[in-house]
Amino acid sequence: MSTTLPPKTEDGSSPVAPATPTDRRAKRTRLWGRPAFFQSYEQQLALFDTWSKRVGVAVVVVVGFALTQVFSDDILRSLALAFVLAIAALGLNMVTGLAGQVSLGHAFFIGIGAYTAAAISGDPEARTIGYGIEEMWIWLPAAGLVAAVFGVIVAPIATRLRGLYLAIVTLGLVFLGEHVFREWSSLTGGAGVGRSAAEPVLFGFDFSDAGSDSMFTRDQQMYVLMLVLLLVFALAARNIGRSKVGRSFAAVRDRDMAAEMMGIDLPRTKTLAFALSSFYAGCAGGLLYTITGYFDPGSFNLLLSVQIIAMVLIGGAGTVSGTIAGALFVAMLPTIVRNLVAPNLTFISTLPSETPNVFQVEQILYGLLIVVFLLFEPRGLFGIWVRFRTYWKSWPFSY
Amino acid sequence: MSVANGSASPVLELDDVHLSFAGVKAVNGVSLHVDPGELFAIIGPNGAGKTSLFNVMSGVYRPQQGAVRFLGESVLGAKPSKIAARGVARTFQNIALFEHLTVIDNLMLGRHQHIGYGPASAILWRGRARRLEVEHRRHCEEIVDFLELGSWRHLPVGLLPYGVQKRVELGRALAMEPKLLLLDEPVAGMNLEETEDMARFVLDIRDELDVPIIMVEHDMGLVMDLADRVLVVDFGTPVTTGTPAEVQTHPEVVRAYLGEEAT
Ligand SMILES: Nc1ncnc2c1ncn2[C@@H]1O[C@H](COP(=O)(O)OP(=O)(O)OP(=O)(O)O)[C@@H](O)[C@H]1O
Ligand SMILES: [Mg+2]
Repeated sequence: MSTTLPPKTEDGSSPVAPATPTDRRAKRTRLWGRPAFFQSYEQQLALFDTWSKRVGVAVVVVVGFALTQVFSDDILRSLALAFVLAIAALGLNMVTGLAGQVSLGHAFFIGIGAYTAAAISGDPEARTIGYGIEEMWIWLPAAGLVAAVFGVIVAPIATRLRGLYLAIVTLGLVFLGEHVFREWSSLTGGAGVGRSAAEPVLFGFDFSDAGSDSMFTRDQQMYVLMLVLLLVFALAARNIGRSKVGRSFAAVRDRDMAAEMMGIDLPRTKTLAFALSSFYAGCAGGLLYTITGYFDPGSFNLLLSVQIIAMVLIGGAGTVSGTIAGALFVAMLPTIVRNLVAPNLTFISTLPSETPNVFQVEQILYGLLIVVFLLFEPRGLFGIWVRFRTYWKSWPFSY
Repeated sequence: MSVANGSASPVLELDDVHLSFAGVKAVNGVSLHVDPGELFAIIGPNGAGKTSLFNVMSGVYRPQQGAVRFLGESVLGAKPSKIAARGVARTFQNIALFEHLTVIDNLMLGRHQHIGYGPASAILWRGRARRLEVEHRRHCEEIVDFLELGSWRHLPVGLLPYGVQKRVELGRALAMEPKLLLLDEPVAGMNLEETEDMARFVLDIRDELDVPIIMVEHDMGLVMDLADRVLVVDFGTPVTTGTPAEVQTHPEVVRAYLGEEAT
């Protein structure tokens, strides 16, 4: 049929050819010498639509698994934590990055998930509530679902408030949660005491228990588990993002009045965004403390919410890959400071009692990064990547 | 305004609609009816209440008094999303596109209510979701061809020139497969060539797609050329309704509106 080649668009990706996608042959054969040239809508709608993206993702995944053999257990443990925080950040990205509803309440939903998971999986004999169901395929979805229910309960607020007002109300959630978690000691163990976290057991295999016969350490096992889970959650987030659902979120964010004129029901869409986002937060909460094994009701504070927001902002609001990059970056910052910066700058102490110490440096860097990104690269790490990519694609031409 | 004397029942009827904002009478007793296949224009000076009429029709504002019937059923007080679902599509005087999304995504959002899969199949992206995305994408490509948007397809609409954005907005409304199309100043701010293109598209939509259109427009030449009937409003009050020829010679119109426009 049509053989005209549409011009390349600015960012270098070829627009879809107006070829007939029903033509079976056109679907198979590719223009010789132009493997990146799309021949059908299916091809363009594919997840990793170009060859380079596919290879890129494959390399990242392979390297991800290979790192177990490179890094020490300490660093693997930090990375595993970072992966879980990335799951939480993907959730916040849905409600804030995609749907444009600013939420400071993510720590609250993470807490709900953590306690749901811990209670389901906990030892019935222990002093805190526990039902002894250790299988992860039960407690993980349950943690997400209970958090999602709370998300749905909170969502009507978002349909009435916007911007700063919504941020403040969701901030209230964090304080409310902190108070309840502190007081409800039969569930949480109480302030300063805490309780043991859920057991990462899958079909009888306990990831947190490396027996003497195991060829892997506990941290290696947990690292792999969290990496796989992050990949699953990221794939689902990507699918939501490119579907009808993600489009309706973005429509509400960009222009809610016009979205309504497209037949999009605003309250329902915002509720769905909050439900999905809290589901992610709940699952992350359930997983987060399986790595350290223990947690305190004070963990679910404003700082945790801000940390997750920083991940989304630094990563580049709206994109899955950006959010993951931002999450890894923010979560690994303390490890980087401690292992790279502090040993080289000897005047920085590793003792909290001296000044300047690494903990102070971390906090300063943290605040600095948020400000710098907001001011100079609002598209975050993703924006930097796009610019870098465009530069190399067009090199040596500047346009 | 009397109900259509012909055989076909009107697509949209407004009956003695009153709308005011804290003392400002934006719409003051407007009645109108639009028949199938008709291109109906609303003209009037700035602040006459034309956009307010559109907002009443699409459910953004609820009039204090009067009736609004679409395809014979009252839509008074219905939510905008419900009225849209029944088949009323519109464009906005100040473009209201989803500026961070591409042209294709904007058009796909126009098709939102026709794409029948839920969040669960969206997450899996197998079978139904994927099939429907491709199917509706094909429909959007037809609109891209029709409105000659091919070279802009994958650009965020916020980056496009003004005239192209106006066309994308028309495309998004068309993607809804509307039974009635409301165009609020479709050629405002356009140059002559863009205006001619837009006029061609509007005529094609009415004649080939057989969609009735209500158009608010200040460009008198365009209105007189295209419209089947014209309603003139001034300070929210209807002045007269009739064919372009009738309206043009109406003494009050000549004095109140055309007089100052014609210079
Ligand atoms: N949301 C609102 N709140 C208060 N007053 C409003 C509102 N919307 C419209 N008005 C007033 O109603 C009157 C009619 O406004 P409208 O926008 O309908 O005029 P218009 O005919 O579309 O004018 P234009 O040609 O400038 O687009 C104006 O006096 C306007 O100030
Ligand atoms: Mg107006």
